[in-house]
Amino acid sequence: MTVRLPAETTPERRVWLSVLAKAPTKDVIAAWDSLSDRPVYTTLRSPEIGMVLVRGRMGGSGDAFNLGEMTVTRAAVRLETGETGVGYVSGRDRRHAEIAAAVDAMMQSPHLRPDVEGAVVARLARGQQERRDTAARKAAATKVDFFTMVRTRGPA
Amino acid sequence: MAYVAVKGGERAITNAHRWLAEDRRGDPAVPEIEVDQIREQLSLSIDRVMSEGSCYDRDLAALAVKQARGDLPEAIFLTRAYRTTLPRFGASLPLETGQMAVRRRVSAAFKDIPGGQVLGPTFDYTHRLLDFTLAANGETPVEGALEAEEPQAYPMATIASVFAHEDLLEPDHRTEDAPPPFDLTREPMAFPAGRDQRLQALARGDEGFLLSLAYSSQRGWGSTHPLCAEIRLGEVAVEFVPDELGFAIEIGELSLTECQMISTGAGGVDAAPQFTRGYGLTFGHCERKAMSMAIVDRALRDAAAGEASAPVQDEEFVLYHSDNVEASGFVQHLKLPHYVDFQADLQLIRRLRHEYAERQAAMKEAAE
Repeated sequence: MTVRLPAETTPERRVWLSVLAKAPTKDVIAAWDSLSDRPVYTTLRSPEIGMVLVRGRMGGSGDAFNLGEMTVTRAAVRLETGETGVGYVSGRDRRHAEIAAAVDAMMQSPHLRPDVEGAVVARLARGQQERRDTAARKAAATKVDFFTMVRTRGPA
Repeated sequence: MAYVAVKGGERAITNAHRWLAEDRRGDPAVPEIEVDQIREQLSLSIDRVMSEGSCYDRDLAALAVKQARGDLPEAIFLTRAYRTTLPRFGASLPLETGQMAVRRRVSAAFKDIPGGQVLGPTFDYTHRLLDFTLAANGETPVEGALEAEEPQAYPMATIASVFAHEDLLEPDHRTEDAPPPFDLTREPMAFPAGRDQRLQALARGDEGFLLSLAYSSQRGWGSTHPLCAEIRLGEVAVEFVPDELGFAIEIGELSLTECQMISTGAGGVDAAPQFTRGYGLTFGHCERKAMSMAIVDRALRDAAAGEASAPVQDEEFVLYHSDNVEASGFVQHLKLPHYVDFQADLQLIRRLRHEYAERQAAMKEAAE
């Protein structure tokens, strides 16, 4: 079930797959439900819950070690027009994985892409950017502003 | 005979579990706690259960905490048991913690670390006075976090990168074509252990055990004289290469706590003196655990260099006893029926007492 894409599609596809995986499940479902038109697709792989072994790096940037597992749900679908979509998303929500796969397939179809690019992918990306920006502003507000007491001699 | 005893327990066990469920619920006049509430409001319990349960899933951990009535080692056990039921799709690419979206980053060693000291949501500097407004009826007034005009810039420089040009800090080694790291969940513990095996065991290890070991080391039992070079808390993306794609994609984002401890190293004949390092990494916000892990990692590296003398430097002692699921299993199995063992012990003690009495009588007779 290997999906071969033209090499130039890969970097872009990595971006949208990342957006779909990192978005909160409820946002993904809301964005999907907001679409007026959803294509018919067949399920190549029904949503399946499993785990990915997460690796860290010794010392932060050295060789790998096994930190622990995370739950992941995956799914794969095929549109009537032949595009195959894959979803790999953290957590155990089957619907999230299936929607991610469907959106991935639609993003590969020049005909369907306009339907989801703004309403799903861009919308979710914006939400993520906003959340990250808010956290970064909160973090910045807790930055220590050191000042040094300047010792001044008494009057000469 | 033994089987009769087991059968006799069946009804008692069922009834005990029904009572347990009732006790879990507590007073029915008080609203039942929801899993969502546990996940959102007892988030540090969740973080500990995910770390030591060795499975990142906030909803799952919240359910485990609820089912375990707040007993975290029990919740950790439930999480470990659940994860054995899931297939493993594969292993992620190693996390790049240097790219972390930092919520908190402090260096106790280096005041002027680039990027500054970012306190984040911390208990540090609170007065540890009970806040009775949290127990007030109705809504607690919550003041939202303040947001600065300028967001914190990422990624932040790591302590290692700051001193890299002077070679003052021991560098990390990255091996070309390194074999996959040791996996404790698939291979039995082996000694001498590599650092990959030790770090995996410590990452799953009991916070209390590692805390006490780290403390023992600070107090002189295998002293490492550590300084906390860096603690960071924030979000890091996880990358994974699905077989069907053949290229890496991000599959989610984890909250992580990372700690870098440093201690002075005297160097050697072929090595210039430099700071040596200990490393701690946990799921979620587990700062006490990450710091303890880093100190213990540093101490175990002494052991690898043949300088072991204290418990914290003894890798067999540390790694064989750090897992609280194994430890509590073995300690707590003592409360399960040991009737046959006890019968055997009884016979032995009775015989020994009989022999003792005979010896005493013989000595008395001889004395007379």
